[in-house]
Amino acid sequence: MAEIKCVELCKNYQQGDAVIKALDHVSLDIKQGSFVCLSGPSGSGKTTLLNMIGGLDELDSGQISIDGQRVDLLGQGPLADLRLHHIGFVFQAYNLIPVLTARENVEFVMQVQGVPAAERKNKSMAILGEVGLEGMENRRPSQLSGGQQQRVAVARAIVSQPKLVLADEPTANLDSVSAKHLMELFRELNEHHGVTFIISTHDERVMRYAGRLIKMQDGRVIADQGQAPE
Amino acid sequence: MASANRLPLGAMARMAWRNLWRNHRRTLIMLLAITVGVWAMIFMTALMRGMVDQMIEDGIDALPGLVQIHHPDYRDDPSVENSLEPPNQVLLQALESPPSTGWTTRIRVPAMISSERDSRGVTLLGVDPAGEIVLGFDPGSIVEGRFLEGTDDNGLVIGRKLLERLETDLGKRIVVMSQDTGNEIADRGFRIVGVYKGKLAALEENYIYAGRSTVQSLLKMDARVSEIAITGRNYRNADPLLRQVRTAAGGDLDVKAWTELDTYLGLMLGVMDGFVLVWVIVIFLALSFGLVNTLMMAVFERVREFGLMQALGMKPSAIRYQVLLESVLLLLLGLLAGNLLAVASILPIRDGIDLTVVAEGMEMMGVSSVLYPSLYLNDIVLANVVVVLLGILTSLLPAWRASQYRPVEAIAKT
Repeated sequence: MAEIKCVELCKNYQQGDAVIKALDHVSLDIKQGSFVCLSGPSGSGKTTLLNMIGGLDELDSGQISIDGQRVDLLGQGPLADLRLHHIGFVFQAYNLIPVLTARENVEFVMQVQGVPAAERKNKSMAILGEVGLEGMENRRPSQLSGGQQQRVAVARAIVSQPKLVLADEPTANLDSVSAKHLMELFRELNEHHGVTFIISTHDERVMRYAGRLIKMQDGRVIADQGQAPE
Repeated sequence: MASANRLPLGAMARMAWRNLWRNHRRTLIMLLAITVGVWAMIFMTALMRGMVDQMIEDGIDALPGLVQIHHPDYRDDPSVENSLEPPNQVLLQALESPPSTGWTTRIRVPAMISSERDSRGVTLLGVDPAGEIVLGFDPGSIVEGRFLEGTDDNGLVIGRKLLERLETDLGKRIVVMSQDTGNEIADRGFRIVGVYKGKLAALEENYIYAGRSTVQSLLKMDARVSEIAITGRNYRNADPLLRQVRTAAGGDLDVKAWTELDTYLGLMLGVMDGFVLVWVIVIFLALSFGLVNTLMMAVFERVREFGLMQALGMKPSAIRYQVLLESVLLLLLGLLAGNLLAVASILPIRDGIDLTVVAEGMEMMGVSSVLYPSLYLNDIVLANVVVVLLGILTSLLPAWRASQYRPVEAIAKT
């Protein structure tokens, strides 16, 4: 599951009088079960590409399909369904809901999916344990450090085992031990559950886990290493 | 089937509750505004209702009778010529069956009353004292002397104010003059046996009471009467009584409810209902600015969260529900406090507010100097329903706004 095809993606942003080319004719094929890292300097288009694949932003031109379904043609409702059931997001800023506890934040997606309470609780407790937050389930985000908040966000993204995880700088606020632990978790999910990961990062430690490393600059793909042969 | 992509109601409510208290001060100020608004809606309505009810009840007491039967020409010319036969068997049966709770017959004619010092134009009521008491005459309103003791009582009961005007006193004789059925002046000396205190000074000056048979004899009316007055339990709904009496009285008699007999009072009853609605809506409009502002502020502060929720798979409609639920919770809290405050402030004054200092002004409006608040369930329900419905309508704009952010832009907001 989660084979992604991007064809000639273009996205421009207006900044004052200047037009910023966030994506400039980007074409990619990402196979199911891939572990892909997007790297490049700030403004190279990594986050924009992730947002486009996740249906969070609209293309100026080009096509994106996930498992043959054209994401760029979906309306708001079907896009919400796609994100809810098939995609897990980890954002650069932790983006937790401040009025919910760590466990409630992790359960949020499952609640919206309609997962029964007992199952939600089991899964959320287990995943919080896996990301090293055991005993912190009832803390609100304001009572957690930046790294802990990021781990909650990661737990939320992977708890319902989506077929695709889009992670934007997931280790940016983690210490090396936590970052390593998180990447091990990602790899485990990738290898044993076939979850496709697309991670944008500057972090060399993260890139070491990548099965495929795509380098971007000025909205274009300038290098694509480790692409599986057709 | 498309899924709703929203939280279960319990989770939504929990989240809405916590969101409300993220900014304690703002929520408390808004709650205070809603509470005071709802209090004003209910409390002031109860006072206005009380005033109008009293005006109407005093007016009905002055008639009195929720339904009256007259000669068809009596209302144009309330003279002795336009009188009725006493009720026949068919009418009697109707008068004594529910919803009628009592009836009486009376003579009501214009007359002149003269003491040795002054003369005044008045309305002479020839009454059956027992029947008048059934219809609402309060024997406790007799402040000096006594009320009439029977239809053939030769005494006269007059109002306190009239007594002052005539510069006479209890026990003195005065002369009452009117026109009899032969168009001749009929006059007779009466001794003042009682003085009553009316709810309104105008009544005290206008109505004088004598025994019905005595007046019939004075005016050569035999058994004829000016009117048959019938009372019932609910003055707000006199229609069933009116229908029953009208059917029994036949088409030759003029049967009217109090709303037609005193159109000013009847109009007041209808106008008051509309006025309450307008009053409630006006207060709500003032309130709604604060409500919209509060919700908009709450939405603007949480743009990232709304973007995040959409990114995680919530549909825009679910976000609208979430914001609306917060608004409903705020409204319900305010309503609860407002209702309790209103009831708590009405209970201590349920026995009336003494407005003696402005009694004359109140009397000009036809209201007595003690104001009794009237708290009706309907008015409470109306205030609550208006606040909830218009509150939800008012909240649609912030809710819609919250659902319109594009996730990618919303998440990037700082």
